[in-house]
Amino acid sequence: MATVELNGVRKVYAGGVEAVKGVDIKIADKALCVLVGPSGCGKSTLLRMIAGLETISDGTVSIDGKVVNTIGPAERDIAMVFQNYALYPHMKVYDNMAYGLRNRGMKKPEIDERVKRAAETLELSALLDRRPRELSGGQRQRVAMGRAIVRNPKVFLFDEPLSNLDAKLRGQMRVEIKNLQRALGVTSVYVTHDQLEAMTLADQLVVMNGGLVEQIGAPLDIYEQPASTFVASFIGAPPMNLLGSEQGTKGASLTVGDLSGLGVTVPPGTTTLGVRPEDFRLDAPAAEGLRTELTVVAVEPVGAESFLHGTASDFRMVVRVPGRSSAQPGDRVPVWAERFKLHFFDRNGRRVQA
Amino acid sequence: MAEAQGQAKGAAVALGRREDGAMIGIPRRSRYIAHVALILGILIVAFPIYYTFVASTHSLQTILRPPLPLLPGREFFNNYYEALFGGVGRIGGVDVWTLLLNSTIVALGIAIGKIIISLLSAYAIVFFRFPLRMVFFWLIFITLMLPVEVRILPTYKVMVDLNLIDTYTGLIVPLIASATATLLFRQFFLTIPGELVEAARVDGAGPWRFFKDILLPLSRTNIAALFVILFIYGWTQYLWPLLVTNRNDMNTIVIALRKMISFADADTQWHLVMVTCMLAIVPPVLVVVLMQRWFVRGLVETEK
Repeated sequence: MATVELNGVRKVYAGGVEAVKGVDIKIADKALCVLVGPSGCGKSTLLRMIAGLETISDGTVSIDGKVVNTIGPAERDIAMVFQNYALYPHMKVYDNMAYGLRNRGMKKPEIDERVKRAAETLELSALLDRRPRELSGGQRQRVAMGRAIVRNPKVFLFDEPLSNLDAKLRGQMRVEIKNLQRALGVTSVYVTHDQLEAMTLADQLVVMNGGLVEQIGAPLDIYEQPASTFVASFIGAPPMNLLGSEQGTKGASLTVGDLSGLGVTVPPGTTTLGVRPEDFRLDAPAAEGLRTELTVVAVEPVGAESFLHGTASDFRMVVRVPGRSSAQPGDRVPVWAERFKLHFFDRNGRRVQA
Repeated sequence: MAEAQGQAKGAAVALGRREDGAMIGIPRRSRYIAHVALILGILIVAFPIYYTFVASTHSLQTILRPPLPLLPGREFFNNYYEALFGGVGRIGGVDVWTLLLNSTIVALGIAIGKIIISLLSAYAIVFFRFPLRMVFFWLIFITLMLPVEVRILPTYKVMVDLNLIDTYTGLIVPLIASATATLLFRQFFLTIPGELVEAARVDGAGPWRFFKDILLPLSRTNIAALFVILFIYGWTQYLWPLLVTNRNDMNTIVIALRKMISFADADTQWHLVMVTCMLAIVPPVLVVVLMQRWFVRGLVETEK
C-alpha cells in the first residue's frame, strides 16, 4: 500500500537543541518498522515528524513516493495511536472511532459499516455505547487502535502504545497488534523503549541513540551482529557483557581490565570484547574461545533460567544458566564461550569483524 | 433507583461520612459545636431575607409603625398583586415585568457575552502560536487590576458618542470583557493533554472543529459554574446601569428599587419596595438552584 522514506531528516528546536541529527530510513510496503532507543534519543520526534505533528527542519519525509513535508497530518493519510490513547473523553466509543471519518465528510452508512467492522475485529462491539472512562486500560487501547483502523490509512504510527498497560496485558496486546498489522497489511512505524517489544514486533528494527541511527536491520540480525557497543548493550536482556581493555567507548557501560587474561586472540584494533550472558557455557570447553573463572557475587533465579552475577579477571559479568543453579555467592565457576559467539568492538565502539 | 442509592452511599463515603451521620474521627461534642456554628451562620445570612419577606406581607401602616412583627402578615396577596399587576405608577411608570425583563436581558447578556469572549481569548492564547502572544496575555491579565469604576468616565464618554445611552448594548457591552474568566478557561485549557489536540489534528479537525467538538463539550461544567457567577454579577450591577440609563423603562430592577425609595420616609411605599426586593431575588436564586445539578455533575464526573 505504501512505503515510507526518510532522507537526511533533521529536527532542530527553536532553542537550538538538535533532537534528530540526520536520519535515513526506508520502510518497505506492509512492513512493521520499530524505532527503539533510550528516552531522549529522538525516536518520538521522528515519529511525530512522519505524522506531521512536528515541522521538519531539514531533509524529506515521503509517503508512497510523495514528499509530505508541507502537508498537514490530516492529509497525509496516516493514523496514529498515542501513548495515553488520547480518546475524546466526552464521546462514546462509536463516536471516537467515527469522528475522523465524519470530518472527512464520509456518508453515514459507510461510517457505520466501517466502525462496526473495526469494532468486530477488535471485539469492541458490546462497548460502542460506553464512554472512555468506563473502559479498562486494555479496552481503551483497543478503541485507540479502532480509531486508527477505521480510517484505512496508508501508514499506522504507534507512539509507545503499550507503555501504560500492565505486563500481562502488554504481552497480549503485543501479539494482537502484530497479528492485526499483518492481517491489514498496513505499513507501520512503531516507537518503543522496550527492547523486548522491539524484538518481537519488528520486521525492520531501527536502533537510535542521541538523534542518530545506530543500526537498521532485522531484529535477529541486530541481535547477532550488533554494529556498536550501544546496540549490543541495548538489545538483549540482560545486556551483553562488555569487557574493555581501555575507556573511550561511548554510550555503553563496560568494565575495564586486561583482555589477555581471557585466553582469546582478538582482531587488531579491538578494545572491547562482548559476550552475551546466554552464550556462556558451563560444560567442559570443547572449542577455541573465551575461558575464565567466574567468582559468583549474586544468583538470580528466574525460574526457567538463572543469572549468575560475578567477576572474572577484573571484569563484571552476568552469565545465564538454564534452569536452576546450585552456585552460591563466593563460588568459583569455570565458564567459557565459543569464539564465533564473541563480539569485538574498536575504541569508538564500532564493530570489528573477527 | 438502587443504583442512585448506591451512588448516594458512595458519595457519603467519599465525603468521609458514615451512614449514621457521624464524621469519622470527630467526637460527638465537637460535632454539635460545629452544627451550632453552622446554624448560627445560616441564621445571620438568612434573617435579613426573611425579614424582607415578612415586611412584604404587611401593610404600609404596619411597616411604618415600629416594631415590625417577626411573623408574616395578612397582606401577602394584596401586596404582591399590586406590585405585579396594579402599581404601574409606583415605580416610575414602569411595571415590574419590564424591570425584571431588563435585568434578565442584561444579566444574560453579560454572562453569555463574558463566557464567549473569554472562551475565545483563552483558546487563542493557549492553542495558537502567534507573535506577541504573551504580550496579549499580560494585557488581559493587567486589566484585572482595573475595575469598572476606574474606567467608568471614559467608558461613559464612549457610550455617549456612540449613542448607546438607554440601550441594552450600552448596558451590556462595556461589562463583557473579563480577565478572570479568561484566566479560568486558560488554566482549564492548559490541563487538556497535548495528545488530545494532536489526535484531533490527525482526525482532520481544524481549529474551529476542535473548539466546537472537543473543547466546548469538555468545558461545559466550567461554563455552567461561570454562568452562575456571572449571571449574579450582571444581575446585581448598580453603578453602570445607573449611569447609562435615563429612561425609566430601561432601568434594571436594582436601579428601580433605588428609585422607589424617596427621601421622605413617609412617601416611600415600603411594602411594595419589599415585594420588589423579593421579586428581584427570585431569578438569581432560580439560576443557582437549577444550575446546581450541573455543579454536582461536574464534581462527580471526572472526565479526563
